[in-house]
Amino acid sequence: MEVQVKQIRKHFGPVKANDGITLSVPAGAIVGILGENGAGKSTLMKILSGFQPADSGEILLDGKAVTLRSPADAIRHGVGMLHQDPLDFPPMRVVDNLLIGAPGRLIPRRGDAAQAVADLAGPLGLTLDLKAEVGSLTVGERQQLELLRLLWLGARVLILDEPTTGISATQREQLFGTLRRLAEQGKTVLFVSHKLEEVQELCTRVAVLRQGRLIGEALPPFRVDKLVSMMFEREVTPGERLSCATGDTLFRLTDVSAEQGRIKLDPFSMDIHRGETIGLAGMEGSGQAVFLRSCAGLVATTGGRIQLEDVDLTGKNYHHFKKKGVAYVPAARLEEGLIPGLSITEHVLLTQHKPGFFIDRESGRKLAQQRIGDYNIKGTPASPVESLSGGNQQRTLLALVRPGAKVMLLEQPTRGLDIESVIYLWTKLKERCNDGGSIVFTSSDLDELLRYSDRILVFFAGKVSGPLDAKTTTVDQLGYLIGGRDISGTGIFDETDPVQEGGLDG
Amino acid sequence: MADLAARVRDHFTRERWINIGLQIGALVLALVLTTVILVAAGAPPLSAYWQIIKGAVGSVTGFSNVLVAWVPLLLAASGVLVTFAAGLWNIGVEGQIVFGAVLTTWVMRLMQDTAMSPALVIIIALIAGMVGGALWAALAGVLKTFGGVNEIFGGLGLNYVAAALTLWLIFGPWKRPGIGSMSGTEPFPDKLALPTIAGLRLSPWSLGLGILAVIIVYILLERTYFGLKLKATGASNRAAFLLGVPTWQYGLVAFLACGALAGLAGAVQVTAVYHRLIPSISSGYGYLGLMIGMLIAYRAAWVAPIALFFAALNIGSIQLPIVLKLDSTLSGVLQGALVLFVVLVEGARQRYLRRAGLKPGGA
Ligand SMILES: Nc1ncnc2c1ncn2[C@@H]1O[C@H](COP(=O)(O)OP(=O)(O)OP(=O)(O)O)[C@@H](O)[C@H]1O
Ligand SMILES: [Mg+2]
Repeated sequence: MEVQVKQIRKHFGPVKANDGITLSVPAGAIVGILGENGAGKSTLMKILSGFQPADSGEILLDGKAVTLRSPADAIRHGVGMLHQDPLDFPPMRVVDNLLIGAPGRLIPRRGDAAQAVADLAGPLGLTLDLKAEVGSLTVGERQQLELLRLLWLGARVLILDEPTTGISATQREQLFGTLRRLAEQGKTVLFVSHKLEEVQELCTRVAVLRQGRLIGEALPPFRVDKLVSMMFEREVTPGERLSCATGDTLFRLTDVSAEQGRIKLDPFSMDIHRGETIGLAGMEGSGQAVFLRSCAGLVATTGGRIQLEDVDLTGKNYHHFKKKGVAYVPAARLEEGLIPGLSITEHVLLTQHKPGFFIDRESGRKLAQQRIGDYNIKGTPASPVESLSGGNQQRTLLALVRPGAKVMLLEQPTRGLDIESVIYLWTKLKERCNDGGSIVFTSSDLDELLRYSDRILVFFAGKVSGPLDAKTTTVDQLGYLIGGRDISGTGIFDETDPVQEGGLDG
Repeated sequence: MADLAARVRDHFTRERWINIGLQIGALVLALVLTTVILVAAGAPPLSAYWQIIKGAVGSVTGFSNVLVAWVPLLLAASGVLVTFAAGLWNIGVEGQIVFGAVLTTWVMRLMQDTAMSPALVIIIALIAGMVGGALWAALAGVLKTFGGVNEIFGGLGLNYVAAALTLWLIFGPWKRPGIGSMSGTEPFPDKLALPTIAGLRLSPWSLGLGILAVIIVYILLERTYFGLKLKATGASNRAAFLLGVPTWQYGLVAFLACGALAGLAGAVQVTAVYHRLIPSISSGYGYLGLMIGMLIAYRAAWVAPIALFFAALNIGSIQLPIVLKLDSTLSGVLQGALVLFVVLVEGARQRYLRRAGLKPGGA
């Protein structure tokens, strides 16, 4: 289906989220929508899919002007959207989830729906267990489910807002394959992403937004540097590889084992040094999140010892860890990280180290203003966090980590950030390393892991390999390990015993 | 002057006007519904409303009685607000009032025949009421925190237990010499009553306590870290916990605070109004307090005026059965309809705001 928008405008108070956007996309195209954080991408996508109305402007589908009053209305017109942050999934079976939003009948026909969806899934190369509980699915599987649901409801235009932030490489390949096949069938795909390699790989054209306006469009072959300069109005270069690692042990794990849900971590030992950055690699659900949470005191360890400097933290609770200087930042921004309804100022106040009894709003506002400046957040001290764009929520989350934190445990810290912000944010994080803090982070982006880590741990089915020296490891090697293939003997492992020798960079 | 004008203009933005309009709309709808019910019952609506107004503010006695009813409402509603802020539906507030009254009565029975000064007895009795309410709330809190029992079910159950306990005490261990009756326990001697204004049932002391409670709760919720952390807990328990708020402890403290205020309301009913324990000692003020809490959402500043309005409705309708042969529960119908429509209108407004993108639904 051909999609056209004309002069779309959407203002939030003084913020011009969409400022007269005109764009047309032919049927069968896969369009990459690019733009820095807060450029207005999500806003435009939500308008196109009926989640919010534009202040003014027109939407044309196959040349016919339409008004989309709600998401249900949009799907009736053939437009469906996958959201930036996965929506809440209630505890129900996959097949029941499919029936939500299905038109018509009082008594749903499970059998029919299941059959229809199975018929859809097969040719697209997707396999989904219809009897599974939605809660037990990975983010990638939920995404496939949502995609199938939209197709089953008759979507001919698919909008995906940063769909690849939480899924594994395999799932991404699968998703891309599916999208290509859909495009061949004449369906139109709008694909919002900050990852230019993905756009290069998948898209048949690109549109770039900046400050609510359409800056330009491009056709393949795409040149990354050109796209970047369109997005940011200047060149962006990743800085030098920075390492602040010292040989001084800050955080010591001795035979730590843990268990959560299906994942069981084998005993593991490691010394993390002051100033060091440790990257955790692995497919989603391989144990890196459990590892991170046990280091934070959120998942009780089943054995071993955790020490921070000379303080024994073994068996202590999360708040004790936090007090001693272990900070944890979760990946789910709006579910776990930030509190919807509260402003940036209130978040800053909430995380103040030693507050008194009465709140001094004015100093809170000043402090918030300062953090907003420090972390380049697009928003005001009074902005409720849910009104910030995805990338700006992420910055706020990191701005809340208190300055004195010694060990920072970050789950996908740059999820949803644009390229420039990723670089900026890492500069900020490395400053903290320079001050003697350590970072342990997870990421699904291999380049990020290799560029910013000193050492990397690879997780596969609860087993940890490594640490690897990030300087000498290649993307391919890392990819093999993540896929569970054994490459010991290839010389990339850190051969020394990390506990006794203090690792490679020691 | 220009500055002031600008501030006034900012204050009354379009959105604010829409809000005010919607609230008035809800009030009108509630009146319409009540009127329909009155007409259906064959009663003249206008004179019914006139009776209510006259009953509430038509005389000094009438208005002083409104204030008497205002006090427990203030206490219960401000307590409810503390738990609402923490995201807890403390339905148990009714039982907390009752158990506060029970403990107050118990302490006074123990001390009434001793040589202690009456003032001291009353103070201890009031404190006992707060302790009683807090204990009853702690039960609901512990059930919720450690037993995983939803506070709505726990609270509802405890309300029944408290009511049954009162009846058992009145007809059992604490029954009047001779035979127990619905009129309650043996009244306490006059010297053990909170002093009232001459000729009226209103005690300036209890009025002071009610007003003080509202002010403290307002300051607590709006101006302190405690209040902010409580709100954070209520808005997103998980995120608040990860940001460093000891969430279940805050939840328990909210229960205790609400229970103490509710218990104080029970104590006031015993020491200042009934001077004994009666079966319906709370007069349903707990449930009314909940309704007020829902009506004003989280805006602590609104407790006092809305509670006064509800108290006026309650007192004003007392005359209805006598004058118009109408049941006095009419005020309940009006109050219920009001809450219903305000909550409905608020829901519609949220939907509208979300659609207009003024409040986001996703990212
Ligand atoms: N409901 C809202 N209320 C106020 N401002 C909003 C609201 N929704 C979006 N905005 C603002 O509009 C601008 C564009 O937001 P949008 O979410 O479209 O950005 P985006 O391009 O998707 O960014 P990101 O890459 O970070 O997800 C931002 O400055 C954001 O703060
Ligand atoms: Mg976005």
